[in-house]
Amino acid sequence: MSEQTRIAGWTVLLALLVLAPLAITSGRWIEFMELTLFVAVLGQGWNILGGFGGQYSFGHALFFGTGAYIQALLQFKLGWSPWATLWFAIAGGVLVGAFVGYLSFRYGLRGSYFALITLAFAEAFHVLSRSLVAVTEGGRGVALDLNLDPDRALTTFQFNFGGDFLKAYGFYYTILVILMLAYAATWWMEHTRFGAQLVAVRENEDAAEALGIDAFRVKLGAICLSAAITAAAGVYYTQKFLFIDPGIAYGPTKSVEALFAPIIGGLGTVLGPLVGALFLHGLGEFAKETIGLVWEDRPGLDLILFGVVLILVLAFLPRGLVGLLDLAWRRLSGAAPAARKGKADA
Amino acid sequence: MDGAAATAVPSAGLLPFGDKMEFLGIDLPSYSWATVFGSAISGVFLGAVYALVALGLTLIYGVLHIINFAHGSLLMLAMFAVYFLWKLLGIDPYVAMLIVVPGGFLFGYGLQRLIIGQSSHGRDEIILLVTLGIAIVIENAALFAFSADERLVQVPYDMDGIDLGVTYAVYPELAALGGSLLITLLLWLFMTRTDTGKAIRAVAKERRGARLVGINVDHIFAISFGIGTACVAAAASLLAATYPVHPQFGYLFVLIAFTIVVLGGMGSFVGALVGGFIIGITEQLGRLYLGESLGLITISAIFILILLFRPTGLFGQRVR
Repeated sequence: MSEQTRIAGWTVLLALLVLAPLAITSGRWIEFMELTLFVAVLGQGWNILGGFGGQYSFGHALFFGTGAYIQALLQFKLGWSPWATLWFAIAGGVLVGAFVGYLSFRYGLRGSYFALITLAFAEAFHVLSRSLVAVTEGGRGVALDLNLDPDRALTTFQFNFGGDFLKAYGFYYTILVILMLAYAATWWMEHTRFGAQLVAVRENEDAAEALGIDAFRVKLGAICLSAAITAAAGVYYTQKFLFIDPGIAYGPTKSVEALFAPIIGGLGTVLGPLVGALFLHGLGEFAKETIGLVWEDRPGLDLILFGVVLILVLAFLPRGLVGLLDLAWRRLSGAAPAARKGKADA
Repeated sequence: MDGAAATAVPSAGLLPFGDKMEFLGIDLPSYSWATVFGSAISGVFLGAVYALVALGLTLIYGVLHIINFAHGSLLMLAMFAVYFLWKLLGIDPYVAMLIVVPGGFLFGYGLQRLIIGQSSHGRDEIILLVTLGIAIVIENAALFAFSADERLVQVPYDMDGIDLGVTYAVYPELAALGGSLLITLLLWLFMTRTDTGKAIRAVAKERRGARLVGINVDHIFAISFGIGTACVAAAASLLAATYPVHPQFGYLFVLIAFTIVVLGGMGSFVGALVGGFIIGITEQLGRLYLGESLGLITISAIFILILLFRPTGLFGQRVR
């Protein structure tokens, strides 16, 4: 795909997402799009470290939960404005990322060991958030006050009782803005020297070091950026649902959700997490409408499908759905297969 | 996941006395010697159960170098099998071992041969993700089929036991301790005395060399995975009378089992046993001093410290 087609493609996609509310008027489908974009942001956070950096984290809930908790607690305990707390929430996520990254990478944990230590840290934070009741309100969780005043919808960052437009589309555009920032950051990263170094570390850390790349610093940078994006997803979650508890914040669900979309969409590609999220949640919704109608709509159905898709993609599509789309595009446009540029292509 | 934690081994005489210390808003009580000792003994019983789950995990790691994330969900599945054998056919959970252990072996063999081996292209990080995918499928299939309710096998003798002075040990706990020691011994005998055991060790040491002398490596991989799953099935029937099962049951156990395997040294049987006891005792003492909830932090803390400072564990030889 040439640079021009790619930019054209991005513009069309962006325009579609911005204009989607014109076509989607049902609240249910807006909710669906919000959830999908949320997972796409979560996935991009994971993708920076896992896809571009090759460091598979099994505990990304760490950063999500930290962002969500700081956003909730500073409002709940100190009464700060949500627009002020969000910077602290993201900074807190980055700090936790830097801490975990510093320890893990300084002590040379790679592959399975890195996956295990992120899982262990997530579980440690889970236990702490449940136990340190004086700080986190413990297992009860933190519930923020609902704002009923339409005039204060913007200042309280709560659109539930805002004007017609805010009520319907406020959170959709919030998550879309977060998505655009996150994806722009990832695209920018991919085109910088730092991005190239990160991919080099993924492909062969020893060789990269031999070329003079400071693998420790590169990985640390990646985990910080990854944590920032994931914490931003946490901020969104708190504002949208006005509630957070230890299980939601640090439980295994968010860690798993974060890695599904990028792996299925295409590891180490900017578009992968979005494609993966759209595919997975489309499939989940489809399953609810078909299988869910035949049997009862019970929990677990969508995740069974996600797991099966994950295994199938790992087995048959090493470059994910983006790789498949790329192949289809080349076939259709009749272009000669360009020189392979590896996983980062697309 | 808290269900499993809350129903841990009952221990007697936990009444605190004397001065209280405070730590981050949590009271740290002081206890009599007998209470602490009794708590440590319950830790030994708990540790035996943990060791049994960890044994299967360490065997799979030692041979295939796979961190099997599906291990906890396989435990949960085997517990459901034990539960339904009891509920529908009235089979005692300990007798059910005769069915679930061979069943677990076949299931594990098939899983490795047909799914993990086929889809992972031999790459470690892909194997990790495939086993995670399997765990998610199994866990949610159980949720879909059985709902999130907790189910407990009731045996007539679950409250009988012997008084050890400082604590009271019920028969299911004693059975778990005896069972895990016996299974460790059997596994050790199998690995050192039988041809298959020797082939497994050969593959674990030198994959290519084993292939060259005519060992069917894929078969041995699947056999190891099968034995690992059979261990988990045995653990399930020993656990069934004490722990209520629900679809998320495996998560807490798998975290603890990982901690034990890393602590004991990946691939070491003795390590799994010793690690199991250390974690069991630490957890009970942690609960005693830090409370039911914060006590679990001791496990994560040990896990993180061992990973950072001694990833080969206590008895491990090689790191990958």
